[in-house]
Amino acid sequence: MGYLDGFKVTFAEMFRDRLTEAYPDTIRPKPERFHGRPVLNRYEDGMEKCIGCELCAGVCPAKCIYVRGADNDPMDPTSPGERYGFVYEINYLRCIHCDLCVEACPTEAITESKIFEFAFTNRRDAIYTKDELVVGNDGLPKVQPWEDARGAESPISGWMRATSPGGDANYLGKTLWSGDLGAGTRSAEPGQEVEVAERTARLSQQAAAVAEHEPSNGGHH
Amino acid sequence: MSISASLGGVLAAEIGDPLLAEGKYLFGMPLLIIVAKAILAFLICLLSVVFMVWAERKVISDMQDRIGPNRAGPWGLLQTLADGTKLFFKEALFPDRADKMVFRLAPYLSAVPAFLTFAVIPLGGTATIFGHDTILQLADPPMGVLFSLAVSSIAVYGIMLAGWASGSKYPLMGSVRASAQMISYEAALGLSLAAVVLGAGSLSTQSIVAAQSGWNWNLWQLIFVPAVVFAIAGTAELNRPPFDLVEAESELVGGFHTEYSSARFAMFYLAEFMNTITMSALIATLFLGGPTMPFNLAAILRLDNVTFVGALIGESSPLWLLIKVMGLCFTYIWMRGTLPRFRYDQLMDLGWKKLIPASLLWLLILAAREAGDSRAEKFRNVLIAFIVATAVAGLLFAAMRVGRRTSEEEFAAATSHADGRRPGRF
Repeated sequence: MGYLDGFKVTFAEMFRDRLTEAYPDTIRPKPERFHGRPVLNRYEDGMEKCIGCELCAGVCPAKCIYVRGADNDPMDPTSPGERYGFVYEINYLRCIHCDLCVEACPTEAITESKIFEFAFTNRRDAIYTKDELVVGNDGLPKVQPWEDARGAESPISGWMRATSPGGDANYLGKTLWSGDLGAGTRSAEPGQEVEVAERTARLSQQAAAVAEHEPSNGGHH
Repeated sequence: MSISASLGGVLAAEIGDPLLAEGKYLFGMPLLIIVAKAILAFLICLLSVVFMVWAERKVISDMQDRIGPNRAGPWGLLQTLADGTKLFFKEALFPDRADKMVFRLAPYLSAVPAFLTFAVIPLGGTATIFGHDTILQLADPPMGVLFSLAVSSIAVYGIMLAGWASGSKYPLMGSVRASAQMISYEAALGLSLAAVVLGAGSLSTQSIVAAQSGWNWNLWQLIFVPAVVFAIAGTAELNRPPFDLVEAESELVGGFHTEYSSARFAMFYLAEFMNTITMSALIATLFLGGPTMPFNLAAILRLDNVTFVGALIGESSPLWLLIKVMGLCFTYIWMRGTLPRFRYDQLMDLGWKKLIPASLLWLLILAAREAGDSRAEKFRNVLIAFIVATAVAGLLFAAMRVGRRTSEEEFAAATSHADGRRPGRF
């Protein structure tokens, strides 16, 4: 019954699970590398990571980032280097969440959070300054009154911490990035710690197995 | 309402309503009962539209992996009320070049017939209200079926004038499509209706229902063809998908109601869904035995002595009609969720070349069945009619083939290249 096959499809579809969520009531878990609004990170000692180099502003395709660098006060430095981000503004009416600023940043100062539900009601609120962008003393993004940070275990995104120079997500060598305030050295993505443990266990087992066979094979060296 | 009352006065003797047969003039309690029935019918219509809109949105979203309305009331049941309230509070816009008078009139021409059709639908058997026996139907005029056809023709004016009066191109195209489509399908609708009338021997909806008592539903008594043709032509008459060329969003913005807003738009919307319900009720009345069931569930369950329940699940009850109408409405929604829109030439082909010949020839065969006195005579008549119908269908088919081939050859000649290569079929 060629003509009526479509009716079967739609009827069967009625009894299948739905893709749509009842959004404001139930919030779907956000993906690990979600591109939310960026935050400005700080080192474990509380210093800002931003060095005011303006690479993020230069690479931004929407031209939504405005940075001005300034020399650090030698007596009371804001960042550990020579200069720091004196003014840092992102206009979220223009930001397209492309993450090019994150890739461009030489110090991992700007990374993504998982916050994307922010309904500001005037243009002034749309422009985030350093007050809003720099992480708080707990190392987490400062959630603004108009922002909704539900639906994620952590508002910190897995962003793009390249785990190996070749970009292999499963590479578990020495991390190439610095520690963060409140969190220490973060793993590339939550869940990789488990893999670290598993792989360490597997490696140690292999090492033990090799050590057991060592006496019989010893002569070949 | 006034129509039914005046009909009551004029046709009291023939009308078949026990309430009206009591006296020539309508005074006191009988008049009150009639008015109450009219108001009740109106409320049933409005309420059923509310649920129909909700059901349509929910079922369609089920079929499309969505949730549908779920914010207003439990399961979004009050969404229609919220939408309606919003529409009535919005500003009513007039296009600059609109014909103000006709522009105002058109929504009423569309909405009022939608309610009027419901007046001739039998909802059940008889009921006793304050000592007066009355049928559960607003009015049972002797030409009830014709009334429904006539009223649905008036609805065409509503849509046509809406597009015409808008003074804008897309509504005009929509209304031109609407008038052509609705008039062509009305022919098929009327012809399949003629088969029903032929079988029942009456135009009154009560008699048509009575003629289908027991298992004698017209659906198989008339051997399916009129029912199928009526259902398809009815869908086209309603401008529902897959026949919604009148308001084809991808081509005509909103079709005939593009320029309408606020309460006037709400009336078109109301009329559209009201028509779907009344058309389902009409199909149930004409082909599925209306409010009757072949078995008496109350007697089977030994509940026929319980006052309310016995009437509700007895042989003839609004409940059975409700179930049938809900089934048919679901089918309409299902069709909307499944079928893509017709192309305009396909629509016209289906109407004129398939449905009208089919219902006409089937009417011939059914008429032959009624003609004879004895069984042998009937058989002979049907055989002759069948041969004639087959011959006519064959001729028609051949004529259509020749017509198509000629036009294709002309097209090929007109578009062939100089080097003799013929382009492929388009």
